[in-house]
Amino acid sequence: MKPSIPAVACRDLRKHFGEGDTRIEVLRGVGLEAAAGELTFLLGPSGCGKTTLISVIAGLLDSSSGSVEIFGENTERLAPADRVRFRRANLGFVFQQYNLLPSLSATENAAVPLLAAGVRHREAFARARELLHRLGLGDRMDTPPSQLSGGQQQRVALARALIHGPRLLVCDEPTAAMDHKTGEVVMELLAGAALAPDRGVIVVTHDTRMLHFAHTIARMDDGQIVELQRGTGT
Amino acid sequence: MNLVAWRMLTHERAKYLGLIFAIAFSTFLLENQTSIFAGILKRTASQILDVTDADVWVMDPATQYFEETKALRDTDLTRVRSVPGLAWAVRLFKGMPVARTEAGRFAQSIVLGLDDATLTGAPRRMVMGSWERLREPDSVVMDRAGYLLLFPGEPLILGRRLELNDHAVTLVGISEAGAPFASFPVIHARYSVAVNFQGMERSQLSYVIGRPAPGMTPGELCAAIQERTGLRARTSQEFAFDCVRYYLKNTGIPVNFGITIGIALVVGTVVAGQTFYLFTIENLRQFGTLKAIGVPNPRLIGMVLLQAFSVGLIGFALGTGMAAAFFDIFQAKTATRGIILMWQSVALTGGCMSFVVVVASLLSLRRVLILEPATVFRS
Repeated sequence: MKPSIPAVACRDLRKHFGEGDTRIEVLRGVGLEAAAGELTFLLGPSGCGKTTLISVIAGLLDSSSGSVEIFGENTERLAPADRVRFRRANLGFVFQQYNLLPSLSATENAAVPLLAAGVRHREAFARARELLHRLGLGDRMDTPPSQLSGGQQQRVALARALIHGPRLLVCDEPTAAMDHKTGEVVMELLAGAALAPDRGVIVVTHDTRMLHFAHTIARMDDGQIVELQRGTGT
Repeated sequence: MNLVAWRMLTHERAKYLGLIFAIAFSTFLLENQTSIFAGILKRTASQILDVTDADVWVMDPATQYFEETKALRDTDLTRVRSVPGLAWAVRLFKGMPVARTEAGRFAQSIVLGLDDATLTGAPRRMVMGSWERLREPDSVVMDRAGYLLLFPGEPLILGRRLELNDHAVTLVGISEAGAPFASFPVIHARYSVAVNFQGMERSQLSYVIGRPAPGMTPGELCAAIQERTGLRARTSQEFAFDCVRYYLKNTGIPVNFGITIGIALVVGTVVAGQTFYLFTIENLRQFGTLKAIGVPNPRLIGMVLLQAFSVGLIGFALGTGMAAAFFDIFQAKTATRGIILMWQSVALTGGCMSFVVVVASLLSLRRVLILEPATVFRS
């Protein structure tokens, strides 16, 4: 991996929904580079296109025009099956609502990406337990999500996002449903576990209390990046 | 991912059990009704199927089913016996006199008069006594259900006296004859005795029954008899199906059972299908998360199919067990004897339930496959 390759490179990225009178331009030529080894925060008011942007970056939505490269790979040029495979191998997700499977224990939830990749149950669960232990959930491994606090659920979601060693972590409002202290803990864990020279993290957030974790802050408005700012990255 | 699919399915017990029982009760209803339907229709041919000695039945050309007989001429027996390829042929009488006990109970009965010399045509399962005692004067053998109808609550005893059309007879045996369509006692006697129980007609020969000689099939023999005598000849199986067809065509049985079976199928499809469909819809966010994580569509299809067929198989097994228990209990009852859970009903129901599961799966899968994984970012 060449260090100069950015984790994410968006060039003149556009996305619209609908046609004719109902056409809505959500992304209007987004240009963004998220460097590897850094936390890139995406800020902006509701409806400015943040979620659409990370959906396109993650390969969950197709752009209307422009390009997205993840560590140099233009994912939109990949065949649908290859894109799914690329996403499974290289991306991890942390959602605002955690999106844990309520029927699975913390260990099983964390192991899902490995199970999806065909790793044997025993190995997947062993790795999940090890990671959960590192994230401070050693005593809640067999607990279902409904019996975990918000912070604990987000840590399980973080374990699920990290367990397969993704190169890019995409986080959508990871601390929105938490108090400040819990949010700090989650962000510390996220920064500590996800950052490496050949990895990148994009965080969409409204939570300005967490900005001190950011290396780069990109502000969005009306479907465009309107300001890029270097953060402290503490 | 099979573990994940299974856990998703069983997580909410109430929904899971609702799915299982929807399939189970539909299965039970379908197997129950189709088996009873087939069992009742089979009863229309019981007296034909009880005659295991003969393969061929000869009758008046206008005869449509067993109950409806027009007497043949006595010379017809000789004409049939002259057909090449016939090993042997004997006469069989069928009448329906009223049987009366000494206590005054009475019931319409089916009397079968067997060839005096050979007693050909008697059912082979005896509860008490023996066929050989039919050679005694004015003796009869009655089926167990008929005995219980005429002597309710009394133990099975031989030597009882009966009147059949004012002719006194003695009970020398109790058989386990196949249950007739109507719950009439089935009485066997020698031909020469049985003809006395019916109002005198010019001829009393109801049927000629026979068996082909080696090298000739029953079907070939029937064709030869029809060609040579002009009489109607049917193999046992053909005649049995004639009876079933007659009742299907001329009674309301198929319509009534058809409605019940149709309702069971519709209710099963709608309830089980809709419940499973709603189950999948409620789990769409989970499927969306799995899609976002990188679980490919074929794997998601496998998960939905695993869930659908697990529910289908468990529900079907439970329903079949319930149906088996039902028939096991009711087979011991006199009125429902002989009606069993038929493997054909189980197979048919299995096919119907597979159809239900496949339809529910397809509807659910469509929603999963068109699901936009980006929806997982929406709160």
